[in-house]
Amino acid sequence: MYVDVYVFHTSEGSSLPLKIRLYNGQTFEIDRIKGVCRAASTKVGGTGMRYSVVIKGVETYLFDEGEGRWFVEARREAFGM
Amino acid sequence: MGRNILHCDMNNFYASVECMLDPSLKGIPVAVCGSVAERHGIVLAKNYPAKAYGVQTGEAVWQAKSKCPGLRVVEPHYDEYVKYSALARGIYSRFTDMVEPYGMDECWLDITSCEKLFGPPEKVADIIRETVKFELGLTISVGVSFNKIFAKLGSDLKKPDAVTVIAEDSFKEKIYGLPASDLVGVGRSTERVLAGAAIKTIGDLASADPRMLASKLGKNGLALWNFANGRDESRVARAGESPPVKSVGHGTTTVKDMESDGDVWPVILELTQDVGRRLRDIKMMAGGVAVNVRDSNLVCRQWRTPLSIPSTSAEVIAAAAFGLFHARYRWELPVRSITVGTFNLVPEGAAYAPRLWDNVELAERRERLGHCIDDIRRRFGKNSVRNCILCMPSTLPPEHAEIVMPTGMPC
Ligand SMILES: [Mg+2]
Repeated sequence: MYVDVYVFHTSEGSSLPLKIRLYNGQTFEIDRIKGVCRAASTKVGGTGMRYSVVIKGVETYLFDEGEGRWFVEARREAFGM
Repeated sequence: MGRNILHCDMNNFYASVECMLDPSLKGIPVAVCGSVAERHGIVLAKNYPAKAYGVQTGEAVWQAKSKCPGLRVVEPHYDEYVKYSALARGIYSRFTDMVEPYGMDECWLDITSCEKLFGPPEKVADIIRETVKFELGLTISVGVSFNKIFAKLGSDLKKPDAVTVIAEDSFKEKIYGLPASDLVGVGRSTERVLAGAAIKTIGDLASADPRMLASKLGKNGLALWNFANGRDESRVARAGESPPVKSVGHGTTTVKDMESDGDVWPVILELTQDVGRRLRDIKMMAGGVAVNVRDSNLVCRQWRTPLSIPSTSAEVIAAAAFGLFHARYRWELPVRSITVGTFNLVPEGAAYAPRLWDNVELAERRERLGHCIDDIRRRFGKNSVRNCILCMPSTLPPEHAEIVMPTGMPC
């Protein structure tokens, strides 16, 4: 699903996603970023910079498609909602 | 010195991009079709499940659906194709700066100097194939060989998601039994000529008498003979360096077959808008105009004519193209697609010998007009200046990515 993301941009040009916001306004902190690489999503389609993240204890992938569009592979229910 | 050339071909490119973006399409027959809303939409691309039902590129949607009732028809997303084409080239250029695109979904790579860094060519091919699959979710077929022609042939032999090596010391066993039409440059008409001389396979072509080939096919015959014998010295262009332009052309398939001269004229005029601008961009003028027509049976015909005064003017090129069409097309069948091409390109401002009755002044005014229109379009958008007739409803497909014809290749 597509999400809004709070992103920290460093002066070296890298971006660190900090928090995501779902379409209903709920926000979730990103507890940890375990890695980042360019990849295709095998679960939901699409490609981009893939961040392996931990959100509320759930490991999932957060994708930066470019032009400000981000999506997560996990479904909303995965975060206990 | 032996070269290591790769030819990377993205499998079922349009259809694969659609299936990658929407995983619900995976495993079911899918066809990408122009203008789904229109009854006359045609199949632009299909995936393997659709191919298994016999769905073919170029056929009408209703034909495809009658072969494959469960066919999912999706609209093309040209911006995505352009994006993924560029991303794939980006991956290739991590390995070499010699990446030469051939259409949207194919590239040649010269990886001769990669060996120390990444290993032998088939290993590099495998790394590239895996990288494209991992990063873009798309599969490619890679041909590995010592020249461009065999590399391209190799990428066709095993699909999808595969690497095929055609090595210098064993290419004869590998490819001499294949039909001659598998070779780049052997189109349907060439194939017929070759068949007339009992040349069926690439091996037949390699062992044919080059003088006989030249007498039947001209320069192209000699080139094919060299190709079949593994003698193709043409180099892979460096990134950003395009091969010398031999022709500039633009073609389209309309959303509905054209049925009269009145349908054809606006299409030709629209096509030449782009042709004129591209010529001016590269500072060349057309010395001749070619028009290529495909009828509803998908039979192609091409006619060409020289221009007495080289030009970039859309009106001049369109008039010449339409003149050819009008004089030669007999309207036995409706027209499916039209391409307007230019040839004998000469640099802007090159000297030429006008004939007594040529209106040089008018020609010069038209050139200035073309530049002026380019300028207005650059500043105010492509549709800020239009020929009146092009504002009428037409059979042209909606705005789409440019389709650039491969240059210097026989049709
Ligand atoms: Mg392809």
